[in-house]
Amino acid sequence: MKVMNLVQAINDAMDLKLAEDKSIVVYGEDVGVEGGVFRVTEGLQQKHGAERVFDSPLAESGIAGTALGMAISGMKPIIEMQFDGFVYPAMNQILSHVSRFRNRTRGKFSVPMVIRIPYGGGINALEHHSESPEAYFGHTPGLKVVIPSTPYDAKGLLIAAIEDPDPVIFMEPKRIYRAVKQEVPEELYRIPIGKAKILQQGDQITLIAYGAMIREAQRAIAIAKQKGYSVELIDLRSIWPIDRETIAQSVRKTGRALVVTEAPQSYGPAAELISIINEEAFLSLEAPPSRLTGFDTVIPLPLGEKHYNLSPERIAAGIERLIKY
Amino acid sequence: MLDQNTLDKYNPIKNKAYQLIDDEGIPLSKTWQPELSDKQILKAYEDLLFERTADLMAVSYQRQGRMFTYPPNLGQEAIHIAAGMITREQDWLVPAFRELGAWLAKGVSLQEIFLYFKGNEDGSRFQKANRMLPVSVPIASQLVHASGIGYAMKYQGEKDTAVFAYVGDGGTSEGDFHEALNFAAVWDAPVIFIVQNNQFAISVPLKMQTRSINIAVKGIAYNIPSLLVDGNDFFAMHDALAYARKHAVSGKGPFLIEARTFRSGAHTTSDDPTKYRSKEEEEAWAQKDPLKRLKGYILHAGIASFDQEEELIAQFKKQIDQEFEAAEKHPEYKLDDVFAYMYAELPDELKRQKNAYENFLGGVK
Repeated sequence: MKVMNLVQAINDAMDLKLAEDKSIVVYGEDVGVEGGVFRVTEGLQQKHGAERVFDSPLAESGIAGTALGMAISGMKPIIEMQFDGFVYPAMNQILSHVSRFRNRTRGKFSVPMVIRIPYGGGINALEHHSESPEAYFGHTPGLKVVIPSTPYDAKGLLIAAIEDPDPVIFMEPKRIYRAVKQEVPEELYRIPIGKAKILQQGDQITLIAYGAMIREAQRAIAIAKQKGYSVELIDLRSIWPIDRETIAQSVRKTGRALVVTEAPQSYGPAAELISIINEEAFLSLEAPPSRLTGFDTVIPLPLGEKHYNLSPERIAAGIERLIKY
Repeated sequence: MLDQNTLDKYNPIKNKAYQLIDDEGIPLSKTWQPELSDKQILKAYEDLLFERTADLMAVSYQRQGRMFTYPPNLGQEAIHIAAGMITREQDWLVPAFRELGAWLAKGVSLQEIFLYFKGNEDGSRFQKANRMLPVSVPIASQLVHASGIGYAMKYQGEKDTAVFAYVGDGGTSEGDFHEALNFAAVWDAPVIFIVQNNQFAISVPLKMQTRSINIAVKGIAYNIPSLLVDGNDFFAMHDALAYARKHAVSGKGPFLIEARTFRSGAHTTSDDPTKYRSKEEEEAWAQKDPLKRLKGYILHAGIASFDQEEELIAQFKKQIDQEFEAAEKHPEYKLDDVFAYMYAELPDELKRQKNAYENFLGGVK
């Protein structure tokens, strides 16, 4: 075991897989010599060579589309979208081809590739550097969308994503890239995609979150605990597939649910989760399943972000409101 | 055979198309001799005739209501037949959608093509054609796939493998055209970009797509050897493609061919060309028809006399009808087919959605 943050755990997963499987390549903007703007690919080019870990021309559609070409011809590319807001030029490739090639060819071609995207706000960055676009991918048939919140999960989920025969969008909560540290096994291990994790048991309300919102949720739970509330916390870990069973069981037990996302509200992951709760646990509900999300606004530039970002206090107030409903 | 000197002579900046035979099929140079045997030339002619016959019949099936939207190939067949002859078993074909003869040469069956345009993805499974990609509807988006495959072939050490990637003139306005050229060039990927410049993107003429004097010059900016070719001249296309493939597999990177041609039919069976182009223009291009020109050459060279052409066409039609009937007899599109190929393993959520619908169908409340 070794203490790692998310950046190191993700780097370690790629390093081990690169060493094991020669069909894997890692590329994107600045991922080679520089090791990525967040240093997630640091050292990989030196270790595995510039033919396998490299800087590509600066064109996201080209990066995603060429990766599809590699994936259907015997390789397993891991590509990086430098920032969340930079994935938009690649959306045509991801939505029109990456997600559909297996179905279009009736299984003749599969697309084993991983698209890594550092995502989310709270890092005082420029416009297009703080977005939470996961709903677009969750809404797209043919993709899997994984979002870890801890170094342990990040490594195990990324290894599972690389080994998955289908395309996986791997979204990395950059706000907690270096903030969360824990012991991580040094060998290869996998965490199955599509299984949520109950981080904390409780019996009055189920709090559902993922990515950087897990840390805020945990802080909110500490506040709620002081008032004597018992909260169950579920880390979704993938927004598609969604672990319907774990959510249903928890909400049937607690009778209340609050979903927390930093993505904008309308048509977002919280709406999907609340639909599932209504379908699966309606007769157990003591309060309307609710959500705390980003506003349906553009995420503000850094000086305005304090208004947008969900604080632990706001989440704690949401918990209390539902328990007292 | 093309060489560097000829390539320099036909630098796209000069805007002169590489051409070997005239509108009647007579060689432009008295000393020129085709590099193909008489037998090969005759076979190419028959393949071209087959493509044309199948294509016209496809349009007629669509008109009879037996097939949905179909994009006719009429007038562009020389490009497809020449490319089919150059493409090897190990090469990749990355199509747009209007390359019928090249598809057939790759081993795709007419039955599969008909099945696809009848509205069934089973037609894109390609039982016998290897390294053949399906129709790509979003214009030019397939070209970046070709560049990626090119990287993979190089990476995997497949030295004698090329990628043939197609796009139309309208597609060269798309960003993916430029990204694909740039990636392939930077990576020295063995990709042959074939732009079928058929003068119209549905209804929009080339002069409204670009201010460039031709499309081949766009390749020059990426430092990709590029050639403007008379796309209705079978011999010029064959020559250009043979050179392009040799170039690509030699490790020198991509090659671009602008095949100047004319779409004599509609864009698809859903549009009416009389709305956007003149009869004069159509008639002028009809003089350059690729089938007519190749036939003219064969007659001129005394290779064949075409006494039995009617019988040959009748035989083709019978074969094409059989393929179409086989497509019509394809098993019914099942509910399973909607779900089965989305993922390697059907996720629980999709099982649930499918079961809910099956329960409805089965009367379960």
